[in-house]
Amino acid sequence: MTTLVIAEPSTEGLKTPTLTTLGAAAKLGGDVHVLVIGQGIASVADATAQVAGVAKVLTADAAELAHGLAENVAPLVVNLVKSGGYSHVLAPSTTFGKNVAPRVAALLDVAQISDITGVESPDTFTRPIYAGNAIATVQSSDPVKVATVRGTAFEAVAATGGSAAVEAVSGAADAGLSTFVSQEVSKSERPELTSARVIVSGGRGMQSGDNFPLLEALADKLGAAVGASRAAVDAGFVPNDYQVGQTGKIVAPELYIAVGISGAIQHLAGMKDSKVIVAINKDEEAPIFQIADYGLVADLFKAVPELTAELGKAG
Amino acid sequence: MKILVAVKRVVDYNVKVRVKADGTGVETANVKMSMNPFDEIAVEEAVRLKEAGRATEIVVVSVGPAQAQETLRTALAMGADRAILVQTDVETQPLGVAKALKALAEKEQPGLVILGKQAIDDDANQTGQMLAALLGWAQGTFASKVVPAEGTVAVTREIDGGLETVDLKLPAVVTTDLRLNEPRYASLPNIMKAKKKPLETVDAAGLGVDLTPRLKTLKVAEPPKRAGGVKVGSVQELVAKLKTEARVI
Ligand SMILES: Cc1cc2nc3c(=O)[nH]c(=O)nc-3n(C[C@H](O)[C@H](O)[C@H](O)COP(=O)(O)OP(=O)(O)OC[C@H]3O[C@@H](n4cnc5c(N)ncnc54)[C@H](O)[C@@H]3O)c2cc1C
Ligand SMILES: Nc1ncnc2c1ncn2[C@@H]1O[C@H](COP(=O)(O)O)[C@@H](O)[C@H]1O
Repeated sequence: MTTLVIAEPSTEGLKTPTLTTLGAAAKLGGDVHVLVIGQGIASVADATAQVAGVAKVLTADAAELAHGLAENVAPLVVNLVKSGGYSHVLAPSTTFGKNVAPRVAALLDVAQISDITGVESPDTFTRPIYAGNAIATVQSSDPVKVATVRGTAFEAVAATGGSAAVEAVSGAADAGLSTFVSQEVSKSERPELTSARVIVSGGRGMQSGDNFPLLEALADKLGAAVGASRAAVDAGFVPNDYQVGQTGKIVAPELYIAVGISGAIQHLAGMKDSKVIVAINKDEEAPIFQIADYGLVADLFKAVPELTAELGKAG
Repeated sequence: MKILVAVKRVVDYNVKVRVKADGTGVETANVKMSMNPFDEIAVEEAVRLKEAGRATEIVVVSVGPAQAQETLRTALAMGADRAILVQTDVETQPLGVAKALKALAEKEQPGLVILGKQAIDDDANQTGQMLAALLGWAQGTFASKVVPAEGTVAVTREIDGGLETVDLKLPAVVTTDLRLNEPRYASLPNIMKAKKKPLETVDAAGLGVDLTPRLKTLKVAEPPKRAGGVKVGSVQELVAKLKTEARVI
């Protein structure tokens, strides 16, 4: 039994989603190989070779893989599975993994198991359905199991302690179906939402993007990432990549502070596994209070600056 | 250009689903069913492309039970021209649906197939990608903007870090994200007109497709419940509790 983990592409270094996906691979048992794709990724491949529990790193370094286009990545993975005899292919549940893994599975004529949160045995997994309102245990009878891994559900493996061999794989080609045009990446000095220890999220109650600096000031005090509800994103207060929820990012920080968010099930789906949840909302009936560990019924425009000041005081 | 749109009948997004006592699934009897919200966005996009003179015909497809005809009628009332139901009573799974859609795409020869990015019941987020793979076409997933040109379509995608634009060779598969558009409500006259639009029913065998589920659901359980928390009276009390009780700051 050998698992192939498709690493989250990056030219900057090893990404957290790769490490949590490796956490899921470790639960399967057997050998673990990691496929690192992209262009100019030698240093990322070297860093991946240091990760605990990795037996081999495969690198596919090619111009046509620079942007992780599914049309070019999937055939490469399929060839590796066919020639390498992999029993499992795991990818992180990032927009990259969700885009590529089903394409791989279909080319192998196997089902894909989305967003696994638990490994019961090598063929049986748990995964949330209906926005996390139910947890299904599913069994695959396919010869190869292709799955995406929910990062918040698995421990990241240690980034050091391993010494895997690095092997270049060829065979990538441009499928000629799609081309990368441009990317608008939101720049932020703050931690990434999916790996932040603390998140401060704003909803429609923020009223305008101009009020988000209130949350940013609070986030700065806590070293937190800033997130948002769909309503805040749809209204244009903040960019789309801030969205937490069923159809946005799934997060599980130590502390999640929901400000002016009502607590729709689709939002809760993305944050209810946080360790401690704080809600600030002026409506004491807001559903968010049913899952919040600490609820403060208050006008956010008064409470948030007060909270920021109080944290400043304490040092 | 003809556009094929896939629509799924799902439990309405406002319903708080309940897990069945015997752990075999969730309660769907006497529960409000609707078109998957992402599929409404898919239909809307197709209708807008037609209104803009970019599309000539919109064919909507659903794979599911006889009741999915209602979902197809809704799509027809929104502006689709004709509907196909691949009727089945088995639980549909993405690979099987993708195979049925592939068979129909080969028959209908659309220039574009639009699906939702995710069905809000299984939360799979797979079918569009699988269909693109089976057809050997390009895929523009999680689209927030779709701009067709001659022989290509530019798709802006919502990705983890922000937005990405790709150019896809046509024919292609697109899956919708929430901000692609705001779906219209069907007007009463259009609902009446939709009753007369063609709706054809086929079965999987007729398409030469095997819809047998590949994944077996062994159990469906309630997620762990969070213990109810407390209300705090002031910001000071909140900070004190976060420090001494929760110890997270
Ligand atoms: C298919 C689908 C997918 C979805 N996916 C997601 C998703 O991934 N993530 C997501 O978040 N949503 C998602 N939604 C939307 C979701 O259903 C809700 O509409 C959304 O979460 C509501 O956002 P909100 O809580 O910010 O806004 P509202 O529900 O409008 O709540 C605003 C809250 O702010 C409070 N408030 C207002 N003013 C103040 C003030 N001055 N001080 C304090 N409190 C104040 C109000 O009391 C209210 O509770 C999805 C919906 C659909 C149909
Ligand atoms: N049974 C079905 N009938 C028609 N379309 C479907 C069906 N299942 C999935 N789809 C389409 O595929 C998209 C993604 O679904 P899924 O991969 O199940 O999350 C949906 O938004 C629909 O557009």
